[in-house]
Amino acid sequence: MNDHQVHIDEHRDDEGAKTGMWIFIFTELLLFGGLFIAYSVYRYLNPLAFHLAAEELDTTLGTINTVILLVSSMTIAMSISAIQYKNKKLTLILMGVTLLLALAFMVNKYFEWSGKISHGIYPGSMTLQEASRGELLFFGLYYAMTGLHALHIVIGMAFIGYVMYLVVKNEVQHDNFVILENSGLYWHLVDLIWIFLFPLFYLIT
Amino acid sequence: MSEAVNQHTEVSYLEYKGRFKGLFAWIFSTDHKRIGLLYLYSMLVLFSVAALLGLAMKIELIAPGKTIMDAQTYNSFFTLHGITMIFLIVVPGLPAVFGNFFLPIMIGAKDVAFPKLNLLSWWIYIIGAFIALSAQFIGDGPPDTGWTFYAPYSFRTGTNMLPAVTGAFVLGFSSIATGINFIVTMHRMRAPGMTWMKMPLFPWALYGTSWIQVLATPIVGVTLLMIVLERTMQIGFFDPALGGDPILYQHLFWIYSHPAVYIMILPAMGVISEIIPTFARKTIFGYKAIVVSTLAIAFVGYFVWGHHMFTSGMSGTALYTFSILTFFVAIPSAIKIFNWVATLHKASIDIQTPFLWALCFLFVFMVGGLSGMVLGALSTNVHLHDTAFVVAHFHFIVFGGTGYAFFGAIHYWYPKMFGKMYDKSWANIGLAIFFTGFNILYLPMFYLGMTGMPRRYYDYVDEFHGPNIVSSLGALLMISGLIIIITNLVRSGKHGETAEADPWKGKTLEWTVASPPSLENFEEIPTVTKHPYGYE
Repeated sequence: MNDHQVHIDEHRDDEGAKTGMWIFIFTELLLFGGLFIAYSVYRYLNPLAFHLAAEELDTTLGTINTVILLVSSMTIAMSISAIQYKNKKLTLILMGVTLLLALAFMVNKYFEWSGKISHGIYPGSMTLQEASRGELLFFGLYYAMTGLHALHIVIGMAFIGYVMYLVVKNEVQHDNFVILENSGLYWHLVDLIWIFLFPLFYLIT
Repeated sequence: MSEAVNQHTEVSYLEYKGRFKGLFAWIFSTDHKRIGLLYLYSMLVLFSVAALLGLAMKIELIAPGKTIMDAQTYNSFFTLHGITMIFLIVVPGLPAVFGNFFLPIMIGAKDVAFPKLNLLSWWIYIIGAFIALSAQFIGDGPPDTGWTFYAPYSFRTGTNMLPAVTGAFVLGFSSIATGINFIVTMHRMRAPGMTWMKMPLFPWALYGTSWIQVLATPIVGVTLLMIVLERTMQIGFFDPALGGDPILYQHLFWIYSHPAVYIMILPAMGVISEIIPTFARKTIFGYKAIVVSTLAIAFVGYFVWGHHMFTSGMSGTALYTFSILTFFVAIPSAIKIFNWVATLHKASIDIQTPFLWALCFLFVFMVGGLSGMVLGALSTNVHLHDTAFVVAHFHFIVFGGTGYAFFGAIHYWYPKMFGKMYDKSWANIGLAIFFTGFNILYLPMFYLGMTGMPRRYYDYVDEFHGPNIVSSLGALLMISGLIIIITNLVRSGKHGETAEADPWKGKTLEWTVASPPSLENFEEIPTVTKHPYGYE
């Protein structure tokens, strides 16, 4: 009986685990998809207001954050190669760099949001109540979409941090690294969503 | 022969002793069979409560004016009835209970692909249920929007909407996790030799269902999240006062909630496709047609959501597109009906309780489906929109479809799940009373709707009195039938006769293992060479 118990716990299927992660990533894309639909409908209905409101956003900060995320996607991908070369130290360094970059993204976001809030642009503020319908919608979507994205950054950081702990404990190694790969996939998703958010809010004006 | 050996060498999953004892051995078990039963017991409790709420509403409607409750209580009753029945029972129902229990066994696997995720989804389900139901007891009174949470009323009502919406959001994750788990299980863990076209039809139905769960649930998730943000932080999405568009809410809500109807009905069709060949002792007619129509329903089901909104304001082109697509989606359902009936043709039928449930399913499902066509046609829809006709159609298809299949499934697989046989004559009596009550309850509502009685009102004019009395008496009869059925099942768990491994002479893999199955289902993973319904 006990042998069987062990057998169930040891059931391992890397291909299956990755398939599951991919499907989960589809669901995340669809989750944002609902917000993208709302964005496109309201942009179509209020083109001028969206144009004016988008000019309020700081393209430089947005660009820096885009570069940060792209580089962090690269470092997490490199860490997956590093573990396959059995280089534990390099793996941990690269994952650490990914986490630092994620943190830098969040710090940037903090300054960006607090700048907006100090100008009186936040949901329910007096300034926005006097603004046009389209601007109200634009900033509502801005806070909701970048906020939900920031939440995903935090979840991704926790996930990568947990996998780092597994690497330290040698539970993730060159022949058993599917969870590292999955955390990398998740991180690419977070990156990918930003790649769509960046032009929609900062570039198309 | 090998079954008898199995029973002696391996203890069943019910008796197996793991790391934990007592209740913990269940709520922390990653065994797919125990998780299935956890869902079953949770749902049985919730279903009983929600059914009694339904009965209370029918008693209120037995006479015009206030009978036993005021308007506000009635509003919160139909909201709670809807939220519980839809989000907690019908949507997760068949996949979570019978899918969990039988999917791995039917494809010859020892468990699902991610057993821990499976347990987590039960926990998310319970947490979501508590959050949703807490709305009834805390804050400013129970929600009164109906289960659809239509904007802008859902932001304006003073009642306690947040927990209800948040609960439904959380439940979505449970549904997604189960969906992912099942898809990966079917892709990766089918027994050697079981090609896709040798997979039984219940797993096939679950496959279609799982894809809908995975691809549609996130949309309602984000929509409900938008309501939460709108209510808590005044971020404008759907409230015109904040610049939003309430019609967009309806679109987003139905983009999920219409495919959700197929989450409810596809596994039900899967169950019927298992029961019918077993008792007809005959290979199912048109196996491939059933598979293809399952996938077709899952696919076309995405493009028909607009038929819930024919009176909300859409362009003419959108209206007829949605209407014609609605008619298209009926075709695969009709193909299945044809296949089931053709399976019965010239069969030597063994009439047993599960088979009777399947027959009743065919009847009520056809009434529900054809009345759906009446609603899918534009001109009649405008007349019947938001009347009791819709309620009757909905209950025929959802309660009649999924509910009958659920009870059919329980009577079909009960001996396998518990190793006991229920009292067949009481089961048949219960079914007869239930079926009679069901029709007396819902058929008059078609008539009431045609003559103009609106849904969701606690009161009506005197002209509607007669049919309402009939309908309410039907409700009492139906609930009596339910009590007999459930009591019989519960009682037989203790006092029933011991069941054999294959009491119905079924051919799918679950009938080759012991009743109840051992922890790992199979001592050795079987190699499949034959078609699942190999009778001839």
